[in-house]
Amino acid sequence: MSEALTLHFDVNGEDFTSAGQASVRFKKNMRELGVDPEIIRRASIAMYEGEINMVIHAHGGVADVNVTEDAIEIILTDKGPGIPDIEKAMQEGYSTAPDNIRSLGFGAGMGLPNMKRYTDEMKIESTVGVGTTVTMKIKLK
Amino acid sequence: MEYQHSVSLDIEKCKGCTSCVHHCPTEAIRIRDRHAVIDPMRCIDCGECIRICPHQAKIALRDDLLDLQRFKWKIALPAPSLYAQFNNLEDVDFVLQGLLDIGFDDIFEVSRGAELVTARTRQYLKLRKGPRPVISSACPAIVRLIGLRFPSLKENILDLLPPMEIAAAMAREQALKDHPEFKKEDVGVCFISPCPAKMSYVKNGLPGYKSQVDVVVGFKDVYFLLINEMKHSRRPKTLSESGMIGIGWAASGGEAMALFNDAYLAADGIDNCIRVLDRIEGGDFPNLEFVELNACPGGCVGGAMTMQDPFIAKARLQTLRRFMPVSQNFVDEKEAIPESYFVKDMGSYTPLNRLSDNMAESMRMLKEIRELKEELPGFDCGACGAPTCRAFAEDVVKGNASKYDCILTHLEDVKAYLKEHEGKA
Repeated sequence: MSEALTLHFDVNGEDFTSAGQASVRFKKNMRELGVDPEIIRRASIAMYEGEINMVIHAHGGVADVNVTEDAIEIILTDKGPGIPDIEKAMQEGYSTAPDNIRSLGFGAGMGLPNMKRYTDEMKIESTVGVGTTVTMKIKLK
Repeated sequence: MEYQHSVSLDIEKCKGCTSCVHHCPTEAIRIRDRHAVIDPMRCIDCGECIRICPHQAKIALRDDLLDLQRFKWKIALPAPSLYAQFNNLEDVDFVLQGLLDIGFDDIFEVSRGAELVTARTRQYLKLRKGPRPVISSACPAIVRLIGLRFPSLKENILDLLPPMEIAAAMAREQALKDHPEFKKEDVGVCFISPCPAKMSYVKNGLPGYKSQVDVVVGFKDVYFLLINEMKHSRRPKTLSESGMIGIGWAASGGEAMALFNDAYLAADGIDNCIRVLDRIEGGDFPNLEFVELNACPGGCVGGAMTMQDPFIAKARLQTLRRFMPVSQNFVDEKEAIPESYFVKDMGSYTPLNRLSDNMAESMRMLKEIRELKEELPGFDCGACGAPTCRAFAEDVVKGNASKYDCILTHLEDVKAYLKEHEGKA
């Protein structure tokens, strides 16, 4: 197996208006790699939802992307409040986003469900008060 | 210099019906010699008559794409509402790539300018005291309407340039930086417009300010060219450099919502806007920071040069915005708003409602108008060519119509005559 390409993105959580930046850069990189457009679409949505979650709930975090010929792996790590009940958080429509963020159309409770839907594998590790790591994998073959 | 309008009449097609006369928000149209005549003093280029005309006799004047040939470097400036014209559009980049494929050398999204104006407006609301509510300056039809009908609200207009101008200036600056071989006049900036009002804005500029846009074309002028190219493009380059805030300006409420300030109102449709302005002027208005008014139904997506139904367009924008970054254009809020953003002079118009320059004369005319109005049938039928009996009375008193143009009062005369002569024939 050839060596993985790793990409690192900082997700700035200071300013809400900057949310979604990392996903744009990610999408650009995927296009440069010549990844199939449908896979780019799925991976970008998953990345985007994850990024928005980190901005809304965790004051930002980091996204590490490993690309091999077989798969794209996205690892989102934050030092936010953690998710007390992952099963509940995975339910469609369940949201803890504040109102001012909902006014822009966010916080519909579809973030985590979308991330699961658009990826082939997803794993959430979270400790309340410490942070959350979400690992997602999209197969290329 | 005379104001150049972009709403015009195809006299061959006009049947002289009164659809436009009745729908014109500034009562600028009359029927004379069996066709419509637009009063250039009153017209605000809102495009209502273009939308309503059953004979397609009202046209939005605009430039020809060929006008761009005189430039060595051609930059397309797509209005964000352009993206809402396409079915199943997954990504803005397909449209931007399409613009390059149909022959533009570069693109610069107006939504980038919009994001910067949004950021500057947030700053403006924080720092500037001045009258409230601040009224958006983005819709040129509204700005002109305020000048004509609500002069007392001129101070409320946000005196920052609209996104189109900020984007045009940046596009040119960047082109000259990237291509030092070009002179300023080699670079042509082409705004792709949803409406005729923007065209008028570009042609007329403001006192002491010339628009940064060189050429204006409508969506219709590029739509089919784009569709052809976009069919083949599967992997566009990553071209878009704006986010949901910038794209949001295309629909009513988008500009105001992006200010992250709850104290706003957004109205669209020219009659609704007039109602809001009446309320603000009358003082019977809540304490709001910002008022966004769009002359077209639904906002810019409802412009008279668009292809798609405004509400479908709005729905498409929502889908398109769904996975976009919030914004991609930022300002340093610690730095003052650059001088280049400010409008020095909004211009002055003659208030529409003034009957004459002389107060005593105006009073005499008003009295006459009221008396004449009492004699009129009050049906507002439009058969005389004026939108209402009141407008007709004003036309007569100003010497622009004859009271015998009212066939209904005339009809009563004929009946009276016939009755009088009954049996005598």
